[in-house]
Amino acid sequence: MSQKHSYQFGTGLFILLGFAALAWLATQTTSIANYRQGDSYTLNARFSNVGQLKLGAPVKIAGVRIGSVRTIEVDPAKLDAKVQLSIATRYAELPDDSAAAIFTSGLLGDQYVAIQPGGSPDALKDGDEFVLTQSSVQLEDLIGKFLAAGGPEKPAEPATPAATPTP
Amino acid sequence: MTPAGKPRNALAGGIAQIGACGLFLLSILAAVPASLRHIRETVRQVWFVGAMSLTIIMTCGLFVGMVLGLQLYYVLSIFGGTAALGTVVSLALYRELGPVVTALLFAGRAGTSITAEIGLMRATDQLSAMEMMAVDPLAYVVTPRFLAGVIAMPLLACVFNALGIFGAHLVGVAWLGLDNGTFWSNMTSSVDVWKDVINGLWKSVAFGAVITLIATFQGYTTPPTSEGVAYATTRTVVFSSIVVLALDFVMTAFLM
Repeated sequence: MSQKHSYQFGTGLFILLGFAALAWLATQTTSIANYRQGDSYTLNARFSNVGQLKLGAPVKIAGVRIGSVRTIEVDPAKLDAKVQLSIATRYAELPDDSAAAIFTSGLLGDQYVAIQPGGSPDALKDGDEFVLTQSSVQLEDLIGKFLAAGGPEKPAEPATPAATPTP
Repeated sequence: MTPAGKPRNALAGGIAQIGACGLFLLSILAAVPASLRHIRETVRQVWFVGAMSLTIIMTCGLFVGMVLGLQLYYVLSIFGGTAALGTVVSLALYRELGPVVTALLFAGRAGTSITAEIGLMRATDQLSAMEMMAVDPLAYVVTPRFLAGVIAMPLLACVFNALGIFGAHLVGVAWLGLDNGTFWSNMTSSVDVWKDVINGLWKSVAFGAVITLIATFQGYTTPPTSEGVAYATTRTVVFSSIVVLALDFVMTAFLM
């Protein structure tokens, strides 16, 4: 009888261990861990282009996460992107002249909203909107500007039509 | 359960084996209600194929995670992207390595012992004795092992994943000096619980069913000689490994 109980106990321990591992994996290493936050308040920011910003993307000050992107939608009147940011209440003292910018973390990383604090003595309140925003930098625009600026200076330009054989 | 008639050649023999294995699966599923009367036997088998495999699963999970951390740190440092180490290791473990490596270890550790045990029962006529005592060996011997494999595999894969991430954290953060917060926050921002964790678990459920099906089938249909049991045990490992890797490709394509 004790033999039977020992394996039943062992099986129970094994199943508990397996489910504990699953619970840890599911809650601590996935995006669910980011939803588990305390009280938060909402700030709005308008961007002319949000790039690859996703729902739930981090909001950071000085590289430290203080909140997440809650909604991204197009404002039908102004035709720009309205982004709702949910910020932890612990960080309620953001100066009201702070700026919001969309950056990319590293070369391969995801995009996030970076807040550059201003110097105003007044703080942003729930539902306020950032006055200064900087949109996501589009690689295509950069390349286009670079080509437009560098194109005419190329010395090889006049040589190419002469080299092509005329039929 | 042995294939009817003499197979004409190797190909026809192989197809007959697959057909017999499929019919065997049907008879296992049909025996599930009857095996619930022997629920203690299932619990004992979960202990035997699951809990007893924990040592090898945990050790291998730790080392797989450590070597992933080391290798991916090197590759990512070429691109200056070592901050993504936690993300890459956890995605690799959840989506691919956790289910597959656990399944291969499970085939070697539990599949072989199932085949050898049932094969010896067959060779020593214990299965026939059970039938004579009106105990269905499918319900009492085979199905509990099958159910135990289906239950134990996902749990083992979870433990493997957890230990793997612990190993990668050990190498990346404690040894190579990656920032602890970066490691976890990049992981939590990129890993999705349904698309990554749960899809990986579906894979391991399927692998558990396939491995125990092959192991019990090989044991049940083994030639009743010591050589036959040895050969059946070898075939369990070979067939399980091939089927697990092939099924992994198919399931990945479907679960993408």
